[in-house]
This record gives sequence, structure tokens and C-alpha cells, in this order.
Amino acid sequence: MTAYLLKRLTIALVTLVLASMVVFAVLEVIPGDPARLMLGMNASADQVELLRNQMGLNAPLALRYLHWAAGLLSLDFGRSYTYSVPVIDLVRERIIVSLPLALIALVLSTVIAIPVGLFSASRRGRAGDTIAMGAAQFGVAVPNFWFALMLIYLFAVWLRLVPAGGFPGWSAGVWPALKSLLLPAIALALPQAAILARVARSALIEVLHEDYIRTARAKGMPYRAVLWRHALRNAMIPVLTILGLQFAFLLAGTIIIENVFYLPGLGRLVFQAINQRDLIVVEGVVMLLVAAVIAVNLVVDLSYAIVDPRLRSRQ
Amino acid sequence: MKLWKTILAAAALTLAAGTSAMAARTDLVIGITLEPPHLDPTAGAAAAIDEVLYANVFEGLTRIGPNGEVLPDLAESWAISDDGKVYTFKLHTGVKFHDGTDFNADDVKFSLDRARAANSVNAQKGLFAAIDKVDVVDPATVKVTLKNPQGSFLHNMGWGDAVIVAPESADTNKEKPVGTGPFKFQSWAKGSSITLVKSDNYWGIPAFLDKAEFRIVTDAAVAVPALLSGDVQAFPFFDPDSVAQIRDDPRFKVAIGSTEGETILAINNKQPPFDKLLVRQAISFALDRKAIIDGASAGLGVPIGSHMSPASKAYVDLTGLYPHNVAKAKDLLKEAGLENGFKATLKLPPPSYARLGGEIIASQLRDVGIDLEIIPVEWAQWLDQVFTKKEYDLTIVSHTEPNDIDIYSRKDYYFNYDNPAFDKIISELNLTSDAAKRMTLLGEAQKVLADDAVVGFLYELPKVGVWDAKLQGLWENAPIQANDLTKVKWTE
Amino acid sequence: MTLHFDIPEETLASILAKAFTNRSFLTGFVITALVAAVAIVSYIWTPYDVTKLVIADKTQGPSLAHWFGTDHFGRDILSMIMVGARNSIAVALVAVGIGMGVGVPLGAFAAARGGIADEALMRLNDLVFAFPALLSAIMITAIFGPGAINAIIAIGIFNIPVFARVARAGALAIWPREFILAARAAGKGATLITIEHILPNIATLLLVQGTIQFALGILAEAGLSYVGLGAQPPMPSWGRMLFDAQTRMVVAPWMALFPGMAIVVTVLGLNLLGDGIADILDPKSRRQR
Repeated sequence: MTAYLLKRLTIALVTLVLASMVVFAVLEVIPGDPARLMLGMNASADQVELLRNQMGLNAPLALRYLHWAAGLLSLDFGRSYTYSVPVIDLVRERIIVSLPLALIALVLSTVIAIPVGLFSASRRGRAGDTIAMGAAQFGVAVPNFWFALMLIYLFAVWLRLVPAGGFPGWSAGVWPALKSLLLPAIALALPQAAILARVARSALIEVLHEDYIRTARAKGMPYRAVLWRHALRNAMIPVLTILGLQFAFLLAGTIIIENVFYLPGLGRLVFQAINQRDLIVVEGVVMLLVAAVIAVNLVVDLSYAIVDPRLRSRQ
Repeated sequence: MKLWKTILAAAALTLAAGTSAMAARTDLVIGITLEPPHLDPTAGAAAAIDEVLYANVFEGLTRIGPNGEVLPDLAESWAISDDGKVYTFKLHTGVKFHDGTDFNADDVKFSLDRARAANSVNAQKGLFAAIDKVDVVDPATVKVTLKNPQGSFLHNMGWGDAVIVAPESADTNKEKPVGTGPFKFQSWAKGSSITLVKSDNYWGIPAFLDKAEFRIVTDAAVAVPALLSGDVQAFPFFDPDSVAQIRDDPRFKVAIGSTEGETILAINNKQPPFDKLLVRQAISFALDRKAIIDGASAGLGVPIGSHMSPASKAYVDLTGLYPHNVAKAKDLLKEAGLENGFKATLKLPPPSYARLGGEIIASQLRDVGIDLEIIPVEWAQWLDQVFTKKEYDLTIVSHTEPNDIDIYSRKDYYFNYDNPAFDKIISELNLTSDAAKRMTLLGEAQKVLADDAVVGFLYELPKVGVWDAKLQGLWENAPIQANDLTKVKWTE
Repeated sequence: MTLHFDIPEETLASILAKAFTNRSFLTGFVITALVAAVAIVSYIWTPYDVTKLVIADKTQGPSLAHWFGTDHFGRDILSMIMVGARNSIAVALVAVGIGMGVGVPLGAFAAARGGIADEALMRLNDLVFAFPALLSAIMITAIFGPGAINAIIAIGIFNIPVFARVARAGALAIWPREFILAARAAGKGATLITIEHILPNIATLLLVQGTIQFALGILAEAGLSYVGLGAQPPMPSWGRMLFDAQTRMVVAPWMALFPGMAIVVTVLGLNLLGDGIADILDPKSRRQR
């Protein structure tokens, strides 16, 4: 067990280091001079050069990478070129929007998907299953930004039930803040729920064919109890995998949804930063997201090992 | 379907009823399209800084009024010496900065000296170039001596770049602006909003509003739902392209005013084949300005034939010089030896006038045989590639600075235009103070630019403001990019 | 060289018979064929010229003259959807091609070699998977400039590890099989075995995954175009049409409705097709992603 743990951990760390190199190298080739951007149209070439020196943009590449990477370790992401405040402050301001949004969407998608998956699996091939899975097929096919647009016009513009966008901040109270996260969370959650429901259904059907389920049934255990007590638990592995993938997706995948609803979250921060060539912000946020993905995958990996000890030796 | 709609509408009505019975509001959420990089108007060119702070938080000796007139502000009056070189400003007394420190003549001297110092980061140092020295006569009197008479000096002192700051807070204004205006800065949630609240110890007529939040709404697509749902109650600079969605809604006022924004199809005059006059003229003939205005600015906007606002006294109507004429454009291209057409690129910055106008222009130029590849760029890339490095063939941009025809005489400007005759007119203009003579020179300058078809002159950008019909006091025109809230109030 | 398929009990006829009774497959096939047909027809004929702007006819609702209405430049939306299908299909198809072309050889190679090569590939896969795909695609297109080609590359890159993983997993399951052992005993090399025996037998897996990635590619392209980083005008694209539509939802909702429906229908068709193929060729297979 310890050896397996160590191996997974080492792999995760190596991936993280490689990813940091890729992020840094890729962003170095982005055209556009942040110094020029900060100074605007009227600045002279000398002023731009001066600022480039001040910002350390003229140092050798390797040196700048090491400096940046060392900073990352102590959670020092550098200072934003456009806002001239520490990147970590921006991240802190934004993550309190993105993280709750991703979590709400994840919970919503699970709460919708698991019952639908159960329902479908237990009525396999019957009308209920066909309708539910047909709906799921639609859910998978709908682009979430298009769905978001439709939601905005129905619930915000036409019915005026929730804000069309924007975020009042947690200081405005929990309910107003949650209310403004509701539509974006639904827009994010439904397509994910559709995928999850399909996975849950097929995992359940697979499990229901296993011998021990038949045995349990043969022993006279009620179908419903079998479904809940045995099948669902054993179908959790594929469901967990998808959940892990989805969380990472949701955290970053909010990028378009946050733009549709102009929520000040991480996705919008990084999108704006890309456009404004605020490289240091892009680097910081992307690394953070990459780290989150790696961490979630690690947790999912480890939880397999706990759920199913056989996997440990197979790796 | 109909029943469904009725039920939903009834539900909405019930919910809305709960919030309608309220007294006249004193808060306002204003949408702005660009987030300021920081909050110090004396240290940055971004118009977004002034849109939030000008006249609200910061005040200057003078200020610009809603129609471009110069009004007294922190200076209650002034006297000008006979030779036009010495301005003596009489200041208001009892004025305090928001942090409680007193405002007096020392702050004026500090601000002006800081702005014109060699290491100044002021984006418009030219405004102060004429100042020779600033003297404090007494705490309520400042004497400014100019190197030479300057007709525009009082106007210059009204710019956002010339506001008065205190030595105690000047260095921290970028994050926490401290001024003398009727509103004081409260908070800035980066990427989201900037909030101002009414200042209790304001020296002049207090503001009607208690709280004003500037919400950053970069995307025109979300501006409309934000307005319709009541989240944002005013967009003083609304995307003209979206105005059709609001125009017929009685809940909103749509104010169409003028700007100083000459929208042009800029041409790289050194880049073959655009170095040929015939080619540039052909482009001018190929442009159908009416279609461009209809398609890119909802039919709002006045066609121009040279680089001057039709609202200006110096304006000469040259729009008849190149009427839309596809056959003529083709003839000119043939004459230039390009009867088979050619390929070029069109780099478009983010505003809708550019992106939409670009698609229309590409289609119009295709009709005469010029095949344009559209390259959308962000402002960062535009500044870098087009403005700085001049790596472009064509681009579309609106030049919103007032009275800026002299940019065509600037060396190394991105048009790559070089005409000694034009330069001569501009340098003569700079030495001329006689109003009538200036008009003649400005007219000649416009004529030269039009004859040379330096760029494709399109139209004057409209200023479209949209706000709740119950709001009063917002500016309809935009002589400068600002959102003066000092007289804004809710009626009823 | 002969290719060996390991389908002992089934014949082509029985597969076809199953296909004609499989609801998912039939529906998916019909929809996909229809979309492809529309795209092909658009080369020869569209109701209107999509490069011609008729500003006077802008934002007109659906009518007999314009079934799906007109857009903000007076272009016929039906015609644009038809031409836009080309773009969606081309981008997604080439992106799948890149993914397969690079990913499958990598995965098959890793499975054949094992050891360091296998480990290195898996780690490389982890590395790519660690990047949120959409964010990275936005970054790539923002860096190298918006456009259809860069969108293809950005989407294609993220298809590589997907196919590498599927190919590797499929190959690993086949290597221990008897007929492979027999081939080895006959002295065939790893490369030859991979080409002759492994690839034909993972082809169905790859086909199913390819359909899924095709559908995802269409969604990804729409997303990129929607943020303005995909195909550039005058080339119509569905995502771009939604981008244009969103600022005109109140006056011209049809501008958003029809292109959105086009995306949904196409993706739906491909997903059904993929499900159907999976069912027909291997009823026991359960897709995990």
C-alpha cells in the first residue's frame, strides 16, 4: 500500500513540475508586450523599455522560470501586470466565486444523475428508461453556453426571477449570492448530469449482472434493497472517475459560463488575462487549475485502492 | 403553451409586486465596458479611469461641462493677464479631501508640478507643456505663468489628467483614490465593480445619490439582459449595435449624442499597394458608408469625409468627394495595374464597430476585387502589432480624442503617412491663435487628407446612452469620456 | 500481409442485420447522413449567397423567403447553417484524424513495447490530461491567433491522449490472446503483429471512440467560435452565429435558436451513432466516458 501511495504521489509531482515548464514555456511565446499595454498608446519606446526592466522581463528565460517556480512554492504568484496587485489576491477574490459554483454544479449534477441512473437501470428497456436516456442524450448534446443563453432569457429577462448575471459578493448575504450562482450552476450541471446519468446507468446494469447480485436476489432480498445496498455501492467506481473528471472540468469549464453571466470567477479572470496579455496571472491561474486536476485525480486513484484492493497490485 | 406562459407571467408578477413599493431610490448601478487598470487619472491614459472618477471623486481647477464647455470647479474664478501668459486662480475655501486633509493652493502647485515633472507618468504631459511656473500667492490663490499664450489652457486644466490630488495620498491613488469630489471611493472588487458613496463633507452642492456602483460589463451580450432584468440601470456608453433591443422599450431612455470619435478604416500608407494614391482612392469609392453605419452602428452615426467631427465649428463637409461607386473603384484599380484585384489583411480590435464594420467592409471591398482576410485582435495585440510595429494593411479604429487632426503629421505614426504640405499646415496652425485663421487652416488640413485618401473616412461614432427612464441628469453627449454623476437623481 | 479479424461467431451479414434493428444506430445514422448531405449540398447550392451582405434585409423573422430568418447582416440563416455544417464537420473530423493518427500508433507502440516506453507514454498522457482542455484550447488559439486551422490543432492535441489510451488498453487486452502467441511463435515481429492482428481488432473500439470525439469536437469548435476564436468571417460557423446572436436575443431570437438546434441535432446524431455501433459490434461493451 505504501509503495503504491508513494508511486502515485511521485507521478503526480513529476506531472506538476512538467506542467509548470510547459505553461511557462508556452506563455513566453505569446505575442504582445505587457509593458506596452500597461503604458498605452502614448508612451515612448524608452518608457516601455524602462518598465520592461523594472518588471524583470529582460532577464534570461531559465532564471525567470526558476524565480517564478520558486515563488509558486510559497504561494507567491507574482504581481499582476494590469492590476499591479499580487496575483494570489486576485485568485483569492475569484476562487470564492468559482469554487462554490463548481461545487453547486457538482452537487446538482450528482443529485440529478444518480436517481435518474438508478431509475433507468432498474427499468432497463422499458418506456421510462427510454425517455430518461433520450433526455440524457439531448443533455449531452446541448452546448452549455447556448443552454445558458436560453436560461437567461427565460428566467432573468422574461420572468425576472433571478439576476441575469453578475455577482453581488458574499457580503451582500448568502441568499442573494447563491441566487446569482443558480442559473450558471444549472447551465453547467445539466449537461454534466446527462453524462453522469448515462455512466451510472451502464455501471449499474453491469453490476446487476454480477453473480453476487443474482445470489442476493435468489436469497429473496427485495429488488430495491439489492439496488441500493449492493449495486449502487459497487457501481461507484466509474461514477467516481467521472465525478473526478467533472470537478476538474467544472472548475476550468466555467470559463465560458462565467463570461456569459459575467461572474467574477477564476475562468473569467484567466480569459481576461489572456486577452490583456497579463501573462503572470494566466500562468498562476493555469498552474492552480492544473494542480487541482492532478490532486483530484490523485484522490480518485487512491480512493480506488481503498474501494478495490485488487487494483493496487495491478498497477 | 399560452396557459403555461400565463402561469409563469403571473408568478413573476407576484414576485415583482413585493419589491415595487419603495421610495425614490438613491442608489445606482452603472455599467461600464472596460475595467480601469487603476484609479489614478493623473497616471494613465485609459478612458475607463475617467469614466469612474472624473467629476465624481476628483476635481480640477476647471472642469468640462456636458456640452464641452469649460466651467469653474475648484477655482471659483480666474484672471488672465493682458499678454495671455499669467493665469491667477481664486480657489474655493473650506474644501477638504476625502481623507480629511485640507485642500489649498499648495495642493494645486503640487499637482501641476508633479504632472509636468520630467519623471511624471501623466499620460497627457502635453497639457502642461506650456506651463513655465506655478506660484502659491496665498492659500486660496494660485498664479500659473505660461511660456507662451495658449488659447486652450483653461480647457486643458479641465481634463481628467489635470485633477488636483493631495501630496499625502498621491502615491496611493491607484488603489485608493482620494479626491475632493461629491463622491468618495468605497471599494473595488477587481473584475467586477467599483463602488462610490456620497461624501459627507463636500464643499459644493451635494450629490443626490448615496451610492453609485460601476459594474464592469465587458460583453455587449450581457449588457442587454443586465439592463432588462434591472441589475444595471444605466449604460452611459452602450454598444450602438445592441440598441435595437432596447429602443422600443418604454422603461428605458435611449440618448443618442455625439462623440469626438472619427471612425476610420486606417491604411498603412507605406505598405504596397496602399502606397499608391489610386488604390486608396479606389477603396474610398468602394466604401458604402450608409450600409456600414446601418450594419455596424444601428444606423446611428454621421458619415465623415475627413478627420473632423461634424459637430466641430471647423468641420468641412467632404463626404461628396468619394461617393459609393463600385465601377469607379474598379476603374481606379485597373489604372493602378491591379485589375485582377489583390489580397490584404484587415486587423480588427474588439469593439463592435470594428468587428461588425470589418465584416461589411470586407464584403464591400470584395465587390471591387480586393480580398481581405479578417484577423480579429485584442487591444494588447492591436497596440503591439498595428499601433507600435505597424504590421498591418488595414484596420478599423475610432479616434476619440477631441481635435486630433494633427496625428496625421506625427512622425512614425501608424498610418505611415508623410506629406510635407500637410505638416506645414499643422505647424502653422500651432503658431496661430486667430480663430478665423485657424478655421481656414483646419479646413485646408481636412481637404488635404481627403484628397490623399490617407485612410477610409467612415463615420462619427455615436454616443449611445441607455438608462432607466426614471433617471435624470446623465450626460447625453460625450465631449470627454466621463460619467458625471453630480446631478443624477431618480424621479418619482 | 493479411489482416486478421477476431470475430469468430459473427459474419458481416449478421452485423448488418443487427444494425437494421438497432434503434440508436438507425436514428444516429440517418441524422449524421443528413447533416453530411446538407454540408455536401451546400457546395453546390444554398438558398442564398452567404457571403453577400444585404443590410436592408437585416434581422427578419422566419418567413417563406427565409425559413430560418435572416441575421444582422441580412444573410439567410438556413444557408449559413448549411455552409456552417462544412466547417463543423471539417474541424471535428480533422481533429479526430490528428488524435487517431498520432494517438493510435503511440498507444499501440506502448502496448507492444511495455516497460519504459509504456510508462513514458502514460506519463505524457497524464500531463496532457492535467490541462483543462477548453482553457488550453482557448490559450492556444489566443496565442497563435483565432482561426479554423488553429482551432483544429487545439482540439486535435487533446484527442491524442484519448486515442492513445484507448488504443493501448485495447491492445493490452489482445496481446495475451492465443492467436497472437501463435503469430509470435511463427516469428513475426511486434510491428507486424500490431498492424496485422492488433489494429484490426481494436478498430471497433477506435471507431466508437472516434464518433464520441467527433461529437465532442463539434461542441468544442462551437465553444471556441462562440468566444470568437474559431473560424473567422466570412466563413459561417455555428458557434460564431451564436456569438452574433447573443447580442440580439430580444429582437432576433431565431438567430440563436436555429444554429443552437443544428449543434444539438448533429451532436445527438453522432452520439446515437456511436452508441449504436458499440451495441452492434460488442453488446457487452460499456463506454466509460
